[in-house]
Amino acid sequence: MTLDTVKHAAETPESEQPWKELGLKQDEYERIREILDRRPTGAELAMYSVMWSEHCSYKSSKVHLKQFGEKAPENDALLVGIGENAGVVDVGQGYAVTFKVESHNHPSYIEPYQGAATGVGGIVRDILAMGARPVAVMDPLRFGAADHPDTKRVLPGVVAGIGGYGNCLGLPNIGGEVVFDACYQGNPLVNALCVGVMKHEDIHLAKASGTGNKVILYGARTGGDGIGGVSVLASETFDSTGPSRRPAVQVGDPFQEKLLIECTLEIFREDLVDGIQDLGGAGLSCATSELASAGSGGMRVELDTVPLRDATLSPEEILMSESQERMCAVVEPGKVDRFLEICEKWDVIATVIGEVTEGERLEIFWHGEQIVDVPPRTVAHEGPVYHRPYARPEWQDALQADDANALARPANAAELREQILKLVASPNQASKAWITDQYDRFVQGNTILAQPEDSGMVRVDEDTDLGVAVSTDGNGRYAKLDPYAGAQLALAESYRNVAASGAKPLAISNCLNFGSPEDPAVMWQFAEATRGLADGCLALGTPVTGGNVSLYNQTGETAIHPTPVVAVLGVIDDVTRRTPIAFAEEGQLLYLLGDTREEFGGSAWSQVVHEHLGGLPPQVDLDREKLLAEILISGSRDGMIDAAHDLSDGGVVQAVVESCLRGGRGARLVVPDGLDAFTFLLSESAGRAIVAVPRSEELRFTDMCGARGLPATRIGVIDGDSVEVQGEFSIPLSELRTAHEETVPGLLA
Amino acid sequence: MTSHPSPATTLNGGPAGRGNVRIGVVTFPGTLDDRDTQRAVRVAGAEAVPLWHRDKDLKQVDAVVLPGGFSYGDYLRAGAISRFSPVMETIIEQAKGGMPVLGICNGFQVLTETHLLPGAMLRNNHLHFVCRDQKLRVETDRTAWTSDYSAGQEISVPLKNIDGRYVADERTLDMLEAEGRVAFRYLDVNPNGSLRDIAGISNEAGNVVGLMPHPEHAVEPLVGTGRTDGLGFFTSILKNLLKGANA
Repeated sequence: MTLDTVKHAAETPESEQPWKELGLKQDEYERIREILDRRPTGAELAMYSVMWSEHCSYKSSKVHLKQFGEKAPENDALLVGIGENAGVVDVGQGYAVTFKVESHNHPSYIEPYQGAATGVGGIVRDILAMGARPVAVMDPLRFGAADHPDTKRVLPGVVAGIGGYGNCLGLPNIGGEVVFDACYQGNPLVNALCVGVMKHEDIHLAKASGTGNKVILYGARTGGDGIGGVSVLASETFDSTGPSRRPAVQVGDPFQEKLLIECTLEIFREDLVDGIQDLGGAGLSCATSELASAGSGGMRVELDTVPLRDATLSPEEILMSESQERMCAVVEPGKVDRFLEICEKWDVIATVIGEVTEGERLEIFWHGEQIVDVPPRTVAHEGPVYHRPYARPEWQDALQADDANALARPANAAELREQILKLVASPNQASKAWITDQYDRFVQGNTILAQPEDSGMVRVDEDTDLGVAVSTDGNGRYAKLDPYAGAQLALAESYRNVAASGAKPLAISNCLNFGSPEDPAVMWQFAEATRGLADGCLALGTPVTGGNVSLYNQTGETAIHPTPVVAVLGVIDDVTRRTPIAFAEEGQLLYLLGDTREEFGGSAWSQVVHEHLGGLPPQVDLDREKLLAEILISGSRDGMIDAAHDLSDGGVVQAVVESCLRGGRGARLVVPDGLDAFTFLLSESAGRAIVAVPRSEELRFTDMCGARGLPATRIGVIDGDSVEVQGEFSIPLSELRTAHEETVPGLLA
Repeated sequence: MTSHPSPATTLNGGPAGRGNVRIGVVTFPGTLDDRDTQRAVRVAGAEAVPLWHRDKDLKQVDAVVLPGGFSYGDYLRAGAISRFSPVMETIIEQAKGGMPVLGICNGFQVLTETHLLPGAMLRNNHLHFVCRDQKLRVETDRTAWTSDYSAGQEISVPLKNIDGRYVADERTLDMLEAEGRVAFRYLDVNPNGSLRDIAGISNEAGNVVGLMPHPEHAVEPLVGTGRTDGLGFFTSILKNLLKGANA
C-alpha cells in the first residue's frame, strides 16, 4: 500500500475516502476539504474524524454549554476554568484543588471491567496533567434493573474494574452513587471523578510554546486498542444487531499508570515541563492538536518514533489509538536529559517525538514523508457546531399530570411499617457496602469521611487540618419529570451533602448523560437541564469548572432518563470539625431543618411501592438551600451539631435509618404538628436535613435557626435499639439492618 | 504496656547514640502505602527513611517496613518479583542477622516469597477485593513488633486486599502454632479464607513479622477507621530499639 502523503493527496483529489466509516457526516467531510483546500490524507482524515466526534468536539452540546461561562457567578476561588483538562479551585493556604467527573458509559457496557478501569485511568491522568497529585476518586454508577440477568454481567465487572484499577493506583475511593433503573438496561452509566491537590504555583496547562522545545511522549507503548473509541463507540447509538465493538475498548494497566503518576510528579517537582497533556480519547490526535492549538507556535512530529506494541500499526492507527497510560509533555531542550533520566528511574519509556516550530501548522511525518499538514485549531477547537432542533416532547404534559400525590397511601400504621421496610430494602435505598467494600478507601491515610457518608472528605494538610469534601448526585427520575428542575435538584442535593459534612461548597463539575441529540425530545431535555444547571450555579455562587457530556445513551429509539450528575467540591478549614451521619450519642436531640410538603413525584416511595413515575419533582428553592448550608456549616464549626444527614430520596425515614445503623443507636420520633406520619416520613421535599444536637447546645442551635429564619422542628431523640415513630410503629435495628444490608449481596454476590 | 517509657521522653538517645531511631520504608514500583507508613513511623516518634528498590544501601536504618501495594504490578504472583530486587538482597541478609522487619499486606507477600516467613498467599476465597475495618486478636507480645500489645488483646485495623488468603501445609501450621508464631488471628469474620484464621505470623526469632491488615492506617484518631489500634506496631519497635541501645 502506498503511503498517503500530503503530496499524494493533492495529486489525487478524487480518491474515495472512508469518512463515513470513521463516523463523519458528508458536510463535515466537505468542510475538511475546504479547510485544507484539497482532500485530507488518510492520517488527516483519521485525526479529524476522532477530534470532530461528538465525544471530543461537543458539537451538539456546545451551544448550550456556553451558558456555564455566560452565567458564571463571580467567584474568586476559580483559578482555572472550563476548557483545560480540569478546572482548578483555590482552597486557601496556598493550596489549589482540581477535580472533574467524566463518563465511560459505552465502553463499560461492551466490556465492563476494562471500560470501567480505563475510565478511572483517564480521569486520573486529566487531574495529573494539571500538575496535581491525585488524592481521591469517586464513581457515580447507574445500572439496569437490579434483578435483570444482564445487570449481573455488567455490575460486577464494572465494580471489579474500578477496584482493580483504582486500588492499584493507591487512590482512596471515597464516595459516589449506585442507582438501578430499567432505563439504563442497555446503557449503564459509568461516570468517574478524581480530585487532585497542588500548590498554586504548580498548576500546569496543556499548551505547546517556545520554538525548539521538544515534544516528549512517555508512558506505555502504543497499541491497537481503543481505535475509534470516541468516534464509533461513544458518539453513536447502540444498535442491537451490529458487530461487536469490543476492539474499540481500551485495555488498562494500572501498574503502568502508578509509575506514570509518580514519575510525572517528580518531573513537576523539578519544574521540567512547559506544557503537558494526557492521552485519552482520540490519543495522539488529540494531544498533538490540542497542545499545538493552545500554544503559540506550530508543531512537527516524527510519528515513526512512537514506541509501538505492534510494529504493523499504520500511521492512521497510531494517531487514533487510545492505548492507556500515556502522556505528552513539552520540554525545553536543556531539560530533556533530566526528564528522560527521571522516566528511566521509574521504568517509564520516554521518547522525543517532535518539537515546537515557528508558524502555525501541525506537521506530522512518517519516515521522512509528510502525512499531516493542518492548522491545529481546526482539528482541536474549531470543529463543527450544531444547532440541533429541540422540542418539548408531547408526552411531557401527560407525564406531569400523572400525579404521584394521588397514589394510594398506606391505610394504617402496619401498612406504613411494611412499606418502610420494603423501601429501605429496595435496591436503590439499600446499603451498597458490598460494592464499596471492593474499593480501598483508606490508602494515603487522609480519608476523613467515605461512603456511606453524605460526602467524601480528605485532609489536604496534615499540619493545619485543611480538607476538601466532594459529593456526586443525580436523580434521573426527577429530571425525566422536569429536566430544568431535575438538574437543579441534582445540584442542590450535592451542595447540601457537602454542607451537611461541614464543608463550604465552592464549585462544581458535571457529567451530563443523555440519549441521542438527533432526537428533538432528548435535545430539549438537554437544553432544559443545562439551562437549569447554569441558573442554579449562578444562584448558589458555585461556578462550573468543567465536566463532560455523554450523548447517545440509548438503544434503538429508547433513551435513558436524562441524567445530569453534579459533583460539588467544598472546603473545610478544620477537618476535626467534620460532621458524620452517624447517630452515636444516646439522648441527643433530632431536629428536622426545612419545610416538608406533600411531594411524592419521582419519589423512592412511588417507585418501590407503586412502580410509578409521574407528576412533578420536589420544588426547588435555592435561597433556602443556601441558608440551610450556612446553618449546617456554622452548626458544625461551632460544635452545635454532632451528626447531620441530608434528606433526599426516601425522605426522613431513609435518613434516620441510615444514621441509626451507622451509629448503632435507635431513635424515637414524633410526628410534628401539621403533618401526617406518611408525609413526614416519606416526602422528598428539597432543602432539608436532619441533625443531632447535644442537649447542652439545643438553645444556642434553635436560636441560630430562629434568627436566620430556617424552620427547625424537634422530631425526636437518639434512644434505644429500634426506630420508633410514636403512636405508629417500631422497628428493631436488627430487622432494619437485615433489610438494608442483605439486598445487594443477595442480588449480586 | 505501661512498663515502657513513652517514646517522646526517650528520643534524646537512639541506638548507637545517633539520635533518632531510623526506620526504613521500602518503595518498590507499585508500592502504595509507603507514604502512609512513613507517617505512622513519624507519629510513633521515630524517623522514617525512604528506601528505593534499586538501592542495596539501607542507609543505616535500625529496622525496615515493607509496605502494602502492588509491587511490580503483582505480575507473575504478588511479591514474586520484588524478592529479587537489590534492596531485598540486603534486607534478607540483615533480617537473618536479627534486624527487625515488618511486612504489611504486599510486604507480607514479599516476605513469604523470600522464605523469611513460611506459607503463601492465595486469592481471597470469595474472589473479590475486600476493604473493611477488621477485628484481630494479637496472639503474641513476644515479637519485635508486638511487644507494646498484650497477648490476647483485640484490636481493629483496616484490611484491604485481593490476595490475602494465607495458606501453608498442615505441618507448617502446626509448627507455627506450637512455636507461638501465629501473631494475629482474624476475629468475628475470616475475610478471605485464611487457614486457621491466620492474619499474620512471625519468624522463629520474632524479629520478622508479616500480616495482611494495615496497622499504618490506624494511627490517628481522625482518619481511616478513627482508631489508633495500629500505633502499637510502631511504638513496639521504637521502644525495643531504644531498649537495645540503652542496654
